[in-house]
Amino acid sequence: MAAKTLTIDGKQVSADESVTILDAATDAGIKIPTLCHLDGVYDVGACRLCLVEVAGISKLLPACTTKVSEGMDIKTDSERLRKYRRMTLELLFAERNHVCAVCVDNGHCELQALAYSQGMDHVRYDYCFPKWEVDNTHTLFGMDHNRCILCTRCVRVCWHIEGAGTKNVSGRGGKARIITDLNQPWGTADTCTKCGKCVMACPTGALFNKGSTVGEMERDRTKLEFIVTAREKKQWIAD
Amino acid sequence: METKDETQTQPAPGQPGLLRLATAWFGGCAGCHMSFLDMDEFLMDVAGKVDLVYSPIIDVKEYPEDVDVCLIEGAICNEDNLELIHKIRARTKVLVSFGDCAVTANVPAIRNQLGLGNAESVLQRAYIEGAQSNPCLPREPGIVPALLPRVMPVHEVVHVNYFLPGCPPPADRIKSFLVQVLEGKEPQLVGKDLKFG
Repeated sequence: MAAKTLTIDGKQVSADESVTILDAATDAGIKIPTLCHLDGVYDVGACRLCLVEVAGISKLLPACTTKVSEGMDIKTDSERLRKYRRMTLELLFAERNHVCAVCVDNGHCELQALAYSQGMDHVRYDYCFPKWEVDNTHTLFGMDHNRCILCTRCVRVCWHIEGAGTKNVSGRGGKARIITDLNQPWGTADTCTKCGKCVMACPTGALFNKGSTVGEMERDRTKLEFIVTAREKKQWIAD
Repeated sequence: METKDETQTQPAPGQPGLLRLATAWFGGCAGCHMSFLDMDEFLMDVAGKVDLVYSPIIDVKEYPEDVDVCLIEGAICNEDNLELIHKIRARTKVLVSFGDCAVTANVPAIRNQLGLGNAESVLQRAYIEGAQSNPCLPREPGIVPALLPRVMPVHEVVHVNYFLPGCPPPADRIKSFLVQVLEGKEPQLVGKDLKFG
């Protein structure tokens, strides 16, 4: 449990050596934009939204998977970072079919919220318009691959919190997709416990409760926090 | 202050001093124009400050020269849209993508997901499979414009100066945008005024 001292946005910060830049910044009240990060689940650095500048290192580093070290001088906001964050968001919007006007998550979507926070008023890249399916075979939930950003939050809560291991990632690059069990329709996946944690975790409208229509899909993340607190601190408390 | 004084005087239509405003309607549902009309009494203020030279809500056939600002509703879907958007760009100082269809191509572009031949397959679906009587594809060269192979947001075709997203943008957002334009400012959308869907 050695403490490290570092500087984040000019502010002197002390943090345990085991924590990430993101944890240290959050503790210091400095907000770094994140998308694939979900409190209580391990980080994978998938979305690249939390990239930060570290003095002396030419490449940008993801705050969620980079551990703090002694004397680090970190910048969480700069013209260069804003440029890359907006570029990343625009590429996410261009990659699949995000039609906000007809999405169940419209108005509650983390991808939307981040886009606004970075001043994204249009996408400069050509949209790809890929052909993706909607899996509506499950009795309770649906999965629309058009809206998936491959943050893998659903995979991580399924394996790490529920321990079911139903969700997984198949394929690479533009063909990568979330699958259930052995790449079969969700409704036929025997391992799924129908717990709904994946739906609670999803930042966009990709996973939804069946029956929700445009703008109706609101998630209750406090349920996930409750379970995570119970697991980690053995305290069954809710706000 | 000078700019403000200028906009407060109310010259007669066609007189110098009035902002030459146009609005155009491409592949969209007209909802953005409906929202424009929802500005209600603010339209009276606008009417005193602009010369509306081209719009689906007035009877002008040909897009005029020397337009100051044009709001474009809708995505670029067919050959007529493509021809007119180039003409509009050449004759307009400030082009605004007005609403999600213009900004992102939105719902009209869902047909792009069907890949090559999507224009034929959507016509087949609508006019042959969905027809209750007299199934036939609409083909009237010179009257019914052919669909483009791919629906595009406006800025994929011509340079766009500003973006006003929303499906539709609420009247308050259009108002806040227009007020900035009329005051000669660079219009900026912040907070709740920057929103898709």
